[in-house]
Amino acid sequence: MKLKNLFVITAAALAAAPAVADINVGVVASLTGPAAALGAETRKAVSLFPTTVGGEKVNFILLDDTTDPTAAVKNARKLISEDKVDAILGPNLISTAVAMADVANGEKVPMISVAPLDVSGDKRGFVFRSEPSADLMVQRVVADMLANGVKTVGFIGFSDSWGEVLHKALTKAAEGKITIVASERYGRADPSVQAQALKVISAKPDAVFVGASGTPAAMPQITLRERGFKGRIYQSHGVTSKEFLRVGGKNVEGALIPVGPVLVAEQLPDSHPTKKNAVAFVQTLEAKYGPDSRSTFAGATWDAWLLLQNAIAGAQKAKVKAGTPEYRAALRDGIEKTSKLVGTNGVYSMAAGDHAGYDASAIVMIKVENNHWKLVK
Amino acid sequence: MDAEIIAMLGQDGVTNGAIYALLALALVLVFAVTRVIFIPQGEFLAWGALTMAALESGHFPATVWLLVGCGVLTLAVDGFSATGRRSIGRSLLWNLAYPLALAGLLWGLSLAELPTAARVLIALAIVVPMGPMLYRVAFQPVAEAPVLVLLIISVAVHLAMVGLGLLIFGPEGSRTQPFSEAQFELGSLMIGGHTLVVLAASVVLIVALYLFFDRTLYGKALRATAINRNGARLMGISPALAGRLTFFLAAVIGVLSGLLVAPITTIYYDSGFLIGLKGFVAAIIGGLASYPLAAGGAILVGLLESFSSFWASAFKDVIVFTLIIPVLMWRSLTSHHVEEEE
Repeated sequence: MKLKNLFVITAAALAAAPAVADINVGVVASLTGPAAALGAETRKAVSLFPTTVGGEKVNFILLDDTTDPTAAVKNARKLISEDKVDAILGPNLISTAVAMADVANGEKVPMISVAPLDVSGDKRGFVFRSEPSADLMVQRVVADMLANGVKTVGFIGFSDSWGEVLHKALTKAAEGKITIVASERYGRADPSVQAQALKVISAKPDAVFVGASGTPAAMPQITLRERGFKGRIYQSHGVTSKEFLRVGGKNVEGALIPVGPVLVAEQLPDSHPTKKNAVAFVQTLEAKYGPDSRSTFAGATWDAWLLLQNAIAGAQKAKVKAGTPEYRAALRDGIEKTSKLVGTNGVYSMAAGDHAGYDASAIVMIKVENNHWKLVK
Repeated sequence: MDAEIIAMLGQDGVTNGAIYALLALALVLVFAVTRVIFIPQGEFLAWGALTMAALESGHFPATVWLLVGCGVLTLAVDGFSATGRRSIGRSLLWNLAYPLALAGLLWGLSLAELPTAARVLIALAIVVPMGPMLYRVAFQPVAEAPVLVLLIISVAVHLAMVGLGLLIFGPEGSRTQPFSEAQFELGSLMIGGHTLVVLAASVVLIVALYLFFDRTLYGKALRATAINRNGARLMGISPALAGRLTFFLAAVIGVLSGLLVAPITTIYYDSGFLIGLKGFVAAIIGGLASYPLAAGGAILVGLLESFSSFWASAFKDVIVFTLIIPVLMWRSLTSHHVEEEE
């Protein structure tokens, strides 16, 4: 809330020529609660957003949803009715995003989610996203498995919705190509995954896919390695934080992970479309927050802004006045017309039937090597 | 499924069961003496483990400031209801001088170079005193309240502690170094050194508790209070002292089990609750009254958890917590219900 006040005060103090209305953008992130680590990344990216676009002043209003869908909805309503925002960016989780999407769509305010929620259908007419879906990520994993001669795979994942999403994606992507020989579940707070690891090892898979996120994803890999599993171990894109490396230590060496390219920006080949943008973003971010402070989450937030910025520029050309329903509709149409927009974390091309529009060829595989992320060539 | 897998699952189940057993004993103890269903038991486990992790990485453990805060709060409560100068003096010593002295000592030490034994002692010294302080602040003023009121307070304390845990440790978890990296081969079975440490520590702690209750005056006073609160009071046993002593023991057990479990799994600020809940299932098997039954129940819970993770990992927690239903039915059919004197 303090941050919000600050923005409002600066907005009042620096109010530009009264003839031109300011553009107001609401950002909702999980700054506290279980997903606070993700919210922190969004906050970093927001602090780098420009304050003007094409001479028009942009105000950002950042609110905390406390990782709670109810609070997220309240924030969305407040942003729309009190702050009269022209667009909403965020939030970080599917649960909060689903809750907010209905509000944004009902009030006809364009929203760009950083969480991979489903954005197809009539009820998502004003909702877009900048984060690639789990399906795309897992398809990349399966492609890598096939390229390395993997024929059987074991799955150990969370016994919650995230584990389910990844398991479904794996089943779909592997169908007819790779056999899933074991599917085991565990809880984030479980004291042990010995039994699950034993079951998977006894099925003798060529590779194991760990369908988990954050630091709890390290445990199955640690246990598998301790029990002598020698095959390839794949992790999902939910583990790409420094904390995962800290907790996993030497046992997560060699883990293979599909990610958006921003995490290994400098290592990308020059032919990779996002290299230039990703490197520039990472350098700005790390100049402000110190070395190794990058994350794909910050990159996705930045790309959400790029999508919006692009639409704002379009609306300026059409001379629509900010703060009006016509302006919001123009932004929505603008985002939907996005074509081959190169961001930091991928390339985006939206269409009426595709509000996710993430080009899967931007996804790269990385490997944990000497406790660092290394691009797999 | 062959003998080797059964042996491994058994080893895993018994190791976790030993930790649940410690928590179950603490729960039974606290309930018997103070009638509090001690939901925050798991938080002591998490705080102990995370304090240890902070010490290992050479950070100044933030729990020290929490100890200072708890001390000041306790001192305020003591000062509010003070009876004499001596009791205030003692309260000053324990609730203000001790936490500050500890903070000063830790400030001076170079934490990263300490031997493991010293770290264990420091973690105990920081977290354990919060047990009696907690009793003084939250439970002693309402010691005579009905069980339900005490349970509600217990839930409130649990929520407050989880929130504070998030504040001081952050959302990410930690693991600590195992006390022993050794591996022993028993036939085809590999036994980790840390497994033996967990089992040995649990057995030692259980024997120590037995000796304490059977041989020492304070232990007998606690038992007397558990059997008949009013009778014990008439014999000159202070219920307040009994309560504080109980919470002290519960905190010791909680922190020790935290130190034992942290090398096996990653501990988060909120991990304590689920582990404590499994201890609670074991305590229920013991009817919240019998120590040996609770310990046996804990081993059963550990084994059940381990084997059900092997056969049906998605339903593991369902199976473990469903255990409570037949146990409750069996208990209510076999034991006579006695109305508690209020």
